[in-house]
Amino acid sequence: MIAIIDYGMGNLRSVAKGFEKMGIDARVTDSPRVVDDAPGVVLPGVGAFSDAMSNLRKLGLEEAVHRAVKKGKPFLGICLGLQLLFESSEEWGTSEGLGVFPGRVRKLPPGLKVPHMGWNTIKVQNPCPLFSDLPENAAFYFVHSYYVEPAEPSLAACTTDYGIEFTSVAARDNVFGIQFHPEKSSALGLRILQKFGGLVEKC
Amino acid sequence: MKRIIPCLDVTGGRVVKGTNFVNLRDAGDPVELAAFYDRAGADELIFLDITASHEGRKTVLDMVRRTAEEVFIPYTVGGGIGTLEDIRAMLTAGADKVSINTAAVKNPQLITEASARFGSQCIVVAIDARSTEPGKWEVYIHGGRTPTGIDAVWWATEMERLGAGEIMLTSMDRDGTLDGYDIPLTSVISRAVQIPVIASGGVGNLDHIVEGLTAGEADAALAASIFHFGTYSIAETKQYLSKHNVPVRI
Repeated sequence: MIAIIDYGMGNLRSVAKGFEKMGIDARVTDSPRVVDDAPGVVLPGVGAFSDAMSNLRKLGLEEAVHRAVKKGKPFLGICLGLQLLFESSEEWGTSEGLGVFPGRVRKLPPGLKVPHMGWNTIKVQNPCPLFSDLPENAAFYFVHSYYVEPAEPSLAACTTDYGIEFTSVAARDNVFGIQFHPEKSSALGLRILQKFGGLVEKC
Repeated sequence: MKRIIPCLDVTGGRVVKGTNFVNLRDAGDPVELAAFYDRAGADELIFLDITASHEGRKTVLDMVRRTAEEVFIPYTVGGGIGTLEDIRAMLTAGADKVSINTAAVKNPQLITEASARFGSQCIVVAIDARSTEPGKWEVYIHGGRTPTGIDAVWWATEMERLGAGEIMLTSMDRDGTLDGYDIPLTSVISRAVQIPVIASGGVGNLDHIVEGLTAGEADAALAASIFHFGTYSIAETKQYLSKHNVPVRI
Protein backbone atom coordinates (compact mmCIF):
# COMPACT_ATOMS: atom_id res chain seq x y z
CA MET A 1 0.00 0.00 0.00
CA ILE A 2 1.29 3.43 -0.99
CA ALA A 3 0.96 6.22 1.61
CA ILE A 4 -0.24 9.54 0.24
CA ILE A 5 0.79 12.14 2.80
CA ASP A 6 -2.02 14.46 3.91
CA TYR A 7 -0.61 17.53 5.62
CA GLY A 8 -3.42 19.98 4.96
CA MET A 9 -2.08 21.30 1.66
CA GLY A 10 -4.79 21.00 -0.95
CA ASN A 11 -7.11 18.31 -2.09
CA LEU A 12 -5.54 14.86 -2.37
CA ARG A 13 -8.62 13.13 -3.68
CA SER A 14 -7.53 13.19 -7.33
CA VAL A 15 -4.14 11.66 -6.57
CA ALA A 16 -5.78 8.85 -4.59
CA LYS A 17 -8.39 8.30 -7.32
CA GLY A 18 -5.65 8.24 -9.97
CA PHE A 19 -3.87 5.35 -8.24
CA GLU A 20 -7.20 3.63 -7.65
CA LYS A 21 -8.04 3.91 -11.35
CA MET A 22 -4.75 2.16 -12.15
CA GLY A 23 -5.61 -0.64 -9.70
CA ILE A 24 -2.94 0.44 -7.20
CA ASP A 25 -3.60 0.35 -3.48
CA ALA A 26 -2.96 3.82 -2.07
CA ARG A 27 -4.21 5.50 1.07
CA VAL A 28 -4.33 9.12 2.19
CA THR A 29 -2.81 9.46 5.66
CA ASP A 30 -1.42 12.02 8.10
CA SER A 31 0.12 9.39 10.36
CA PRO A 32 3.94 9.08 10.48
CA ARG A 33 3.49 5.44 11.49
CA VAL A 34 1.47 4.62 8.39
CA VAL A 35 4.13 6.36 6.28
CA ASP A 36 6.84 4.28 8.02
CA ASP A 37 4.98 1.06 7.26
CA ALA A 38 4.25 1.88 3.60
CA PRO A 39 6.55 0.45 0.90
CA GLY A 40 6.04 3.61 -1.23
CA VAL A 41 5.31 7.23 -0.35
CA VAL A 42 3.69 10.12 -2.24
CA LEU A 43 4.01 13.75 -1.15
CA PRO A 44 1.48 15.82 -3.10
CA GLY A 45 0.35 19.33 -2.26
CA VAL A 46 -0.42 22.82 -3.49
CA GLY A 47 -0.04 26.11 -1.66
CA ALA A 48 2.60 28.04 0.23
CA PHE A 49 6.03 26.46 0.82
CA SER A 50 6.52 27.72 4.38
CA ASP A 51 3.00 26.65 5.49
CA ALA A 52 3.70 23.23 4.02
CA MET A 53 6.96 22.83 5.94
CA SER A 54 5.43 23.95 9.20
CA ASN A 55 2.49 21.54 8.72
CA LEU A 56 4.86 18.64 7.98
CA ARG A 57 6.81 19.45 11.14
CA LYS A 58 3.72 19.84 13.32
CA LEU A 59 2.42 16.44 12.26
CA GLY A 60 5.81 14.75 12.75
CA LEU A 61 5.90 13.97 9.04
CA GLU A 62 9.20 15.71 8.22
CA GLU A 63 11.15 12.96 9.94
CA ALA A 64 8.91 10.30 8.40
CA VAL A 65 9.80 11.62 4.94
CA HIS A 66 13.51 11.48 5.75
CA ARG A 67 13.17 7.93 7.07
CA ALA A 68 11.37 6.84 3.89
CA VAL A 69 14.06 8.39 1.66
CA LYS A 70 16.88 6.93 3.77
CA LYS A 71 15.40 3.44 3.49
CA GLY A 72 15.38 3.81 -0.30
CA LYS A 73 11.61 3.45 -0.62
CA PRO A 74 10.14 4.72 -3.90
CA PHE A 75 9.16 8.30 -3.11
CA LEU A 76 7.16 10.62 -5.36
CA GLY A 77 6.77 14.37 -4.79
CA ILE A 78 4.12 16.10 -6.86
CA CYS A 79 4.06 19.88 -7.52
CA LEU A 80 4.70 21.50 -4.11
CA GLY A 81 5.83 18.01 -3.04
CA LEU A 82 8.70 18.26 -5.56
CA GLN A 83 9.67 21.75 -4.39
CA LEU A 84 9.72 20.71 -0.72
CA LEU A 85 12.42 18.13 -1.52
CA PHE A 86 14.92 20.95 -2.11
CA GLU A 87 16.98 22.91 0.42
CA SER A 88 15.25 26.27 0.32
CA SER A 89 12.66 28.43 -1.40
CA GLU A 90 12.63 32.14 -2.13
CA GLU A 91 8.86 32.18 -1.49
CA TRP A 92 8.25 34.86 1.21
CA GLY A 93 11.91 35.65 1.84
CA THR A 94 13.74 32.39 2.37
CA SER A 95 12.16 29.21 3.71
CA GLU A 96 13.98 26.04 4.54
CA GLY A 97 12.88 22.84 2.77
CA LEU A 98 13.43 19.14 3.36
CA GLY A 99 16.88 19.23 1.76
CA VAL A 100 16.66 15.78 0.18
CA PHE A 101 17.97 17.30 -3.07
CA PRO A 102 20.59 20.08 -3.23
CA GLY A 103 19.29 23.25 -4.82
CA ARG A 104 16.60 25.83 -4.35
CA VAL A 105 13.11 26.87 -5.40
CA ARG A 106 12.79 30.11 -7.37
CA LYS A 107 9.95 32.32 -8.58
CA LEU A 108 9.22 32.25 -12.30
CA PRO A 109 10.81 35.43 -13.71
CA PRO A 110 8.80 38.57 -14.48
CA GLY A 111 7.50 38.89 -18.02
CA LEU A 112 6.02 35.37 -18.01
CA LYS A 113 2.36 34.66 -17.29
CA VAL A 114 2.36 33.42 -13.70
CA PRO A 115 1.16 30.93 -12.65
CA HIS A 116 2.34 28.74 -15.50
CA MET A 117 -1.01 27.05 -15.97
CA GLY A 118 -1.93 24.59 -18.68
CA TRP A 119 -0.44 21.80 -20.77
CA ASN A 120 3.22 21.75 -21.68
CA THR A 121 5.70 19.21 -23.02
CA ILE A 122 8.72 17.74 -21.25
CA LYS A 123 12.16 16.82 -22.56
CA VAL A 124 13.83 13.80 -20.99
CA GLN A 125 17.40 14.80 -20.07
CA ASN A 126 18.45 11.85 -17.96
CA PRO A 127 16.87 8.39 -18.23
CA CYS A 128 14.19 7.89 -15.57
CA PRO A 129 12.10 4.74 -15.04
CA LEU A 130 8.86 6.75 -14.68
CA PHE A 131 9.39 8.41 -18.07
CA SER A 132 10.57 5.53 -20.24
CA ASP A 133 8.89 5.06 -23.64
CA LEU A 134 6.97 8.33 -23.67
CA PRO A 135 5.40 9.25 -26.99
CA GLU A 136 6.90 12.23 -28.78
CA ASN A 137 5.61 15.63 -27.60
CA ALA A 138 3.93 14.11 -24.56
CA ALA A 139 2.20 16.97 -22.69
CA PHE A 140 1.27 17.26 -19.02
CA TYR A 141 -0.78 19.67 -16.92
CA PHE A 142 1.13 22.31 -14.95
CA VAL A 143 -0.03 24.85 -12.33
CA HIS A 144 2.84 26.60 -10.53
CA SER A 145 4.46 29.95 -9.83
CA TYR A 146 7.82 28.61 -8.59
CA TYR A 147 10.26 26.14 -10.11
CA VAL A 148 13.18 24.08 -8.80
CA GLU A 149 16.81 24.78 -9.60
CA PRO A 150 18.86 21.68 -8.72
CA ALA A 151 22.46 22.34 -7.66
CA GLU A 152 23.54 19.21 -9.56
CA PRO A 153 22.63 18.93 -13.27
CA SER A 154 22.32 15.14 -12.97
CA LEU A 155 19.18 15.64 -10.83
CA ALA A 156 17.27 17.18 -13.75
CA ALA A 157 15.55 14.15 -15.28
CA CYS A 158 13.24 16.24 -17.47
CA THR A 159 13.04 19.90 -18.42
CA THR A 160 10.23 22.06 -19.75
CA ASP A 161 10.34 25.23 -21.80
CA TYR A 162 8.19 28.11 -20.54
CA GLY A 163 10.13 31.14 -21.67
CA ILE A 164 12.86 29.71 -19.49
CA GLU A 165 13.92 26.07 -19.47
CA PHE A 166 13.23 24.71 -16.00
CA THR A 167 13.52 21.31 -14.31
CA SER A 168 10.08 19.68 -14.50
CA VAL A 169 11.20 16.33 -13.09
CA ALA A 170 13.99 15.84 -10.56
CA ALA A 171 15.11 12.32 -9.72
CA ARG A 172 17.84 10.39 -7.95
CA ASP A 173 17.80 6.71 -7.03
CA ASN A 174 14.25 6.01 -5.88
CA VAL A 175 13.26 9.63 -5.16
CA PHE A 176 11.23 11.38 -7.85
CA GLY A 177 9.75 14.84 -7.92
CA ILE A 178 7.35 16.02 -10.62
CA GLN A 179 6.37 19.66 -11.14
CA PHE A 180 3.22 18.89 -13.16
CA HIS A 181 0.14 17.00 -12.01
CA PRO A 182 0.11 13.38 -13.25
CA GLU A 183 -3.36 12.97 -11.70
CA LYS A 184 -4.61 15.78 -14.00
CA SER A 185 -2.67 14.78 -17.11
CA SER A 186 -5.10 12.25 -18.55
CA ALA A 187 -3.92 8.80 -19.71
CA LEU A 188 -0.20 9.68 -19.91
CA GLY A 189 -0.28 11.10 -16.39
CA LEU A 190 -1.99 8.01 -15.01
CA ARG A 191 0.69 5.91 -16.71
CA ILE A 192 3.31 7.65 -14.56
CA LEU A 193 1.35 6.78 -11.40
CA GLN A 194 1.12 3.21 -12.69
CA LYS A 195 4.89 3.04 -13.26
CA PHE A 196 5.51 4.40 -9.79
CA GLY A 197 3.15 1.71 -8.45
CA GLY A 198 5.18 -0.87 -10.38
CA LEU A 199 8.42 0.34 -8.75
CA VAL A 200 6.84 0.06 -5.31
CA GLU A 201 5.75 -3.50 -6.03
CA LYS A 202 9.26 -4.50 -7.12
CA CYS A 203 10.87 -3.14 -3.96
CA MET B 1 -0.40 25.47 -25.68
CA LYS B 2 -3.95 26.61 -26.32
CA ARG B 3 -6.70 24.67 -24.57
CA ILE B 4 -9.93 23.15 -25.89
CA ILE B 5 -12.64 23.04 -23.25
CA PRO B 6 -16.00 21.36 -23.72
CA CYS B 7 -18.65 22.96 -21.54
CA LEU B 8 -21.30 20.78 -19.94
CA ASP B 9 -24.42 22.68 -18.92
CA VAL B 10 -26.01 20.69 -16.13
CA THR B 11 -29.42 20.76 -14.52
CA GLY B 12 -30.84 18.16 -12.15
CA GLY B 13 -27.78 15.98 -12.71
CA ARG B 14 -28.16 15.84 -16.52
CA VAL B 15 -26.32 17.66 -19.31
CA VAL B 16 -28.23 20.16 -21.40
CA LYS B 17 -27.30 22.84 -23.87
CA GLY B 18 -29.28 26.01 -24.18
CA THR B 19 -29.68 28.15 -27.24
CA ASN B 20 -29.50 31.77 -26.09
CA PHE B 21 -30.00 30.26 -22.62
CA VAL B 22 -33.50 28.88 -23.40
CA ASN B 23 -34.76 25.82 -25.37
CA LEU B 24 -32.82 23.21 -23.44
CA ARG B 25 -31.97 19.83 -24.95
CA ASP B 26 -30.81 16.80 -22.98
CA ALA B 27 -27.38 15.49 -23.94
CA GLY B 28 -26.61 12.84 -21.35
CA ASP B 29 -25.01 11.90 -18.06
CA PRO B 30 -22.40 14.50 -17.09
CA VAL B 31 -19.87 12.12 -15.56
CA GLU B 32 -20.04 9.71 -18.48
CA LEU B 33 -19.73 12.56 -20.93
CA ALA B 34 -16.83 14.07 -18.97
CA ALA B 35 -14.92 10.76 -18.95
CA PHE B 36 -15.57 10.46 -22.67
CA TYR B 37 -14.07 13.93 -23.26
CA ASP B 38 -11.01 13.07 -21.15
CA ARG B 39 -10.37 9.99 -23.32
CA ALA B 40 -11.09 12.01 -26.47
CA GLY B 41 -8.33 14.52 -25.69
CA ALA B 42 -10.13 17.52 -24.16
CA ASP B 43 -7.71 19.69 -22.16
CA GLU B 44 -10.13 20.74 -19.45
CA LEU B 45 -13.84 20.60 -18.72
CA ILE B 46 -16.34 23.05 -17.36
CA PHE B 47 -19.59 22.11 -15.65
CA LEU B 48 -22.12 24.90 -15.41
CA ASP B 49 -25.03 24.25 -13.11
CA ILE B 50 -27.65 26.34 -14.86
CA THR B 51 -30.37 25.74 -12.28
CA ALA B 52 -28.10 26.41 -9.32
CA SER B 53 -30.97 26.13 -6.89
CA HIS B 54 -30.42 25.35 -3.27
CA GLU B 55 -31.82 21.82 -3.58
CA GLY B 56 -29.74 21.28 -6.71
CA ARG B 57 -26.53 21.94 -4.80
CA LYS B 58 -26.29 18.46 -3.30
CA THR B 59 -26.84 16.87 -6.71
CA VAL B 60 -23.99 18.96 -8.13
CA LEU B 61 -21.60 18.12 -5.30
CA ASP B 62 -22.40 14.47 -5.83
CA MET B 63 -21.70 14.84 -9.56
CA VAL B 64 -18.39 16.61 -8.84
CA ARG B 65 -17.38 13.78 -6.49
CA ARG B 66 -18.26 11.10 -9.03
CA THR B 67 -16.34 13.03 -11.69
CA ALA B 68 -13.16 12.85 -9.60
CA GLU B 69 -13.29 9.07 -9.89
CA GLU B 70 -13.50 8.97 -13.67
CA VAL B 71 -11.92 12.17 -14.99
CA PHE B 72 -8.19 12.92 -14.91
CA ILE B 73 -8.03 16.33 -16.52
CA PRO B 74 -8.73 19.61 -14.71
CA TYR B 75 -12.37 20.58 -14.31
CA THR B 76 -14.15 23.74 -13.29
CA VAL B 77 -17.57 24.00 -11.69
CA GLY B 78 -19.76 27.08 -11.92
CA GLY B 79 -23.31 28.18 -11.29
CA GLY B 80 -24.69 29.69 -8.13
CA ILE B 81 -21.37 29.83 -6.29
CA GLY B 82 -21.64 32.75 -3.90
CA THR B 83 -19.62 32.16 -0.75
CA LEU B 84 -16.22 30.93 0.41
CA GLU B 85 -18.02 27.90 1.83
CA ASP B 86 -19.51 27.08 -1.61
CA ILE B 87 -16.01 27.25 -3.09
CA ARG B 88 -14.48 25.12 -0.38
CA ALA B 89 -17.18 22.47 -0.83
CA MET B 90 -16.59 22.29 -4.60
CA LEU B 91 -12.81 22.07 -4.29
CA THR B 92 -13.05 19.44 -1.56
CA ALA B 93 -15.42 17.39 -3.71
CA GLY B 94 -12.70 17.32 -6.37
CA ALA B 95 -13.14 20.37 -8.62
CA ASP B 96 -9.89 22.07 -9.65
CA LYS B 97 -11.45 25.48 -10.14
CA VAL B 98 -14.74 27.26 -9.59
CA SER B 99 -16.26 29.88 -11.83
CA ILE B 100 -18.01 32.83 -10.26
CA ASN B 101 -20.33 35.18 -12.11
CA THR B 102 -23.22 36.94 -10.33
CA ALA B 103 -21.58 36.81 -6.91
CA ALA B 104 -18.49 38.61 -8.24
CA VAL B 105 -20.67 41.56 -9.24
CA LYS B 106 -22.66 41.58 -6.01
CA ASN B 107 -19.63 41.12 -3.78
CA PRO B 108 -16.30 41.75 -5.56
CA GLN B 109 -14.48 41.23 -2.26
CA LEU B 110 -15.34 37.52 -2.58
CA ILE B 111 -12.81 37.24 -5.42
CA THR B 112 -10.05 38.74 -3.28
CA GLU B 113 -10.88 36.54 -0.29
CA ALA B 114 -11.25 33.41 -2.40
CA SER B 115 -7.96 33.85 -4.23
CA ALA B 116 -6.13 34.62 -0.99
CA ARG B 117 -7.55 31.51 0.64
CA PHE B 118 -7.56 28.96 -2.20
CA GLY B 119 -5.07 30.47 -4.70
CA SER B 120 -5.91 32.57 -7.74
CA GLN B 121 -5.34 29.57 -10.05
CA CYS B 122 -8.66 28.06 -8.93
CA ILE B 123 -10.75 31.24 -9.19
CA VAL B 124 -12.30 31.75 -12.62
CA VAL B 125 -14.50 34.81 -13.11
CA ALA B 126 -17.23 34.27 -15.69
CA ILE B 127 -18.34 37.37 -17.56
CA ASP B 128 -21.50 37.38 -19.68
CA ALA B 129 -21.29 40.40 -21.97
CA ARG B 130 -23.73 41.95 -24.43
CA SER B 131 -22.90 44.59 -27.02
CA THR B 132 -24.41 48.04 -26.38
CA GLU B 133 -22.72 50.01 -29.16
CA PRO B 134 -19.73 49.25 -31.41
CA GLY B 135 -16.72 48.65 -29.18
CA LYS B 136 -18.78 48.63 -25.94
CA TRP B 137 -20.13 45.68 -23.99
CA GLU B 138 -22.17 45.48 -20.81
CA VAL B 139 -21.91 42.83 -18.09
CA TYR B 140 -25.07 40.76 -17.45
CA ILE B 141 -25.73 38.58 -14.41
CA HIS B 142 -28.33 36.01 -13.26
CA GLY B 143 -27.65 33.73 -16.22
CA GLY B 144 -27.80 36.62 -18.67
CA ARG B 145 -31.13 38.05 -17.48
CA THR B 146 -30.03 41.14 -15.57
CA PRO B 147 -28.03 44.04 -17.05
CA THR B 148 -25.63 45.69 -14.59
CA GLY B 149 -24.49 48.84 -16.38
CA ILE B 150 -20.89 47.67 -15.87
CA ASP B 151 -18.46 47.94 -18.78
CA ALA B 152 -17.17 44.45 -19.58
CA VAL B 153 -13.60 45.47 -20.42
CA TRP B 154 -13.22 47.48 -17.22
CA TRP B 155 -14.81 44.62 -15.28
CA ALA B 156 -12.26 42.11 -16.61
CA THR B 157 -9.35 44.31 -15.49
CA GLU B 158 -11.00 44.90 -12.12
CA MET B 159 -11.47 41.17 -11.59
CA GLU B 160 -7.81 40.57 -12.43
CA ARG B 161 -6.80 43.27 -9.97
CA LEU B 162 -8.90 41.68 -7.22
CA GLY B 163 -7.33 38.25 -7.74
CA ALA B 164 -9.13 36.32 -10.49
CA GLY B 165 -6.91 33.66 -12.04
CA GLU B 166 -8.77 33.41 -15.31
CA ILE B 167 -11.63 35.05 -17.22
CA MET B 168 -14.32 32.99 -18.90
CA LEU B 169 -15.84 35.39 -21.39
CA THR B 170 -19.23 34.64 -22.97
CA SER B 171 -20.73 36.77 -25.68
CA MET B 172 -24.48 36.87 -25.00
CA ASP B 173 -25.03 38.10 -28.53
CA ARG B 174 -23.34 35.04 -30.01
CA ASP B 175 -24.21 32.31 -27.51
CA GLY B 176 -26.18 29.56 -29.21
CA THR B 177 -26.04 31.19 -32.65
CA LEU B 178 -23.20 29.09 -34.16
CA ASP B 179 -22.00 32.32 -35.83
CA GLY B 180 -18.59 32.32 -34.15
CA TYR B 181 -17.08 34.06 -31.13
CA ASP B 182 -17.41 37.83 -30.77
CA ILE B 183 -13.83 38.50 -31.92
CA PRO B 184 -13.65 42.24 -31.13
CA LEU B 185 -14.89 41.58 -27.58
CA THR B 186 -12.55 38.62 -27.08
CA SER B 187 -9.45 40.38 -28.36
CA VAL B 188 -10.04 43.62 -26.48
CA ILE B 189 -10.38 41.74 -23.20
CA SER B 190 -7.47 39.38 -23.93
CA ARG B 191 -5.29 42.45 -24.45
CA ALA B 192 -6.63 44.24 -21.38
CA VAL B 193 -5.64 41.51 -18.90
CA GLN B 194 -2.56 39.38 -18.22
CA ILE B 195 -4.52 36.37 -16.97
CA PRO B 196 -5.81 33.71 -19.41
CA VAL B 197 -9.08 34.35 -21.23
CA ILE B 198 -11.42 31.53 -22.24
CA ALA B 199 -13.50 32.47 -25.29
CA SER B 200 -17.11 31.32 -25.16
CA GLY B 201 -20.38 31.69 -27.02
CA GLY B 202 -21.12 31.09 -30.66
CA VAL B 203 -18.85 28.35 -32.00
CA GLY B 204 -20.35 26.70 -35.07
CA ASN B 205 -17.31 25.42 -36.95
CA LEU B 206 -13.58 24.87 -36.58
CA ASP B 207 -12.60 28.14 -38.24
CA HIS B 208 -14.42 29.90 -35.40
CA ILE B 209 -12.13 28.18 -32.91
CA VAL B 210 -9.02 29.11 -34.93
CA GLU B 211 -10.28 32.72 -35.04
CA GLY B 212 -10.94 32.87 -31.31
CA LEU B 213 -7.44 31.64 -30.49
CA THR B 214 -5.64 33.79 -33.09
CA ALA B 215 -7.48 37.04 -33.95
CA GLY B 216 -9.37 36.82 -30.63
CA GLU B 217 -6.08 36.16 -28.75
CA ALA B 218 -7.84 33.87 -26.28
CA ASP B 219 -5.85 31.23 -24.40
CA ALA B 220 -8.62 28.66 -24.48
CA ALA B 221 -11.70 27.92 -26.54
CA LEU B 222 -14.90 26.74 -24.95
CA ALA B 223 -17.60 25.01 -26.95
CA ALA B 224 -20.62 22.87 -26.21
CA SER B 225 -23.06 21.86 -28.91
CA ILE B 226 -20.53 21.23 -31.71
CA PHE B 227 -18.90 18.65 -29.44
CA HIS B 228 -21.97 17.23 -27.69
CA PHE B 229 -23.82 16.59 -30.91
CA GLY B 230 -20.75 15.17 -32.60
CA THR B 231 -20.45 17.82 -35.30
CA TYR B 232 -16.69 17.74 -34.66
CA SER B 233 -14.58 15.47 -32.49
CA ILE B 234 -11.91 16.86 -30.14
CA ALA B 235 -9.26 15.02 -32.20
CA GLU B 236 -10.29 16.55 -35.51
CA THR B 237 -10.57 19.97 -33.84
CA LYS B 238 -7.00 19.69 -32.62
CA GLN B 239 -5.69 18.40 -35.95
CA TYR B 240 -7.33 21.37 -37.60
CA LEU B 241 -5.85 23.84 -35.12
CA SER B 242 -2.44 22.26 -35.45
CA LYS B 243 -2.64 22.53 -39.25
CA HIS B 244 -3.41 26.23 -38.77
CA ASN B 245 -0.33 26.68 -36.57
CA VAL B 246 -2.22 26.93 -33.29
CA PRO B 247 -0.17 25.00 -30.69
CA VAL B 248 -2.33 22.34 -29.01
CA ARG B 249 -1.83 19.07 -27.17
CA ILE B 250 -2.41 16.19 -29.56
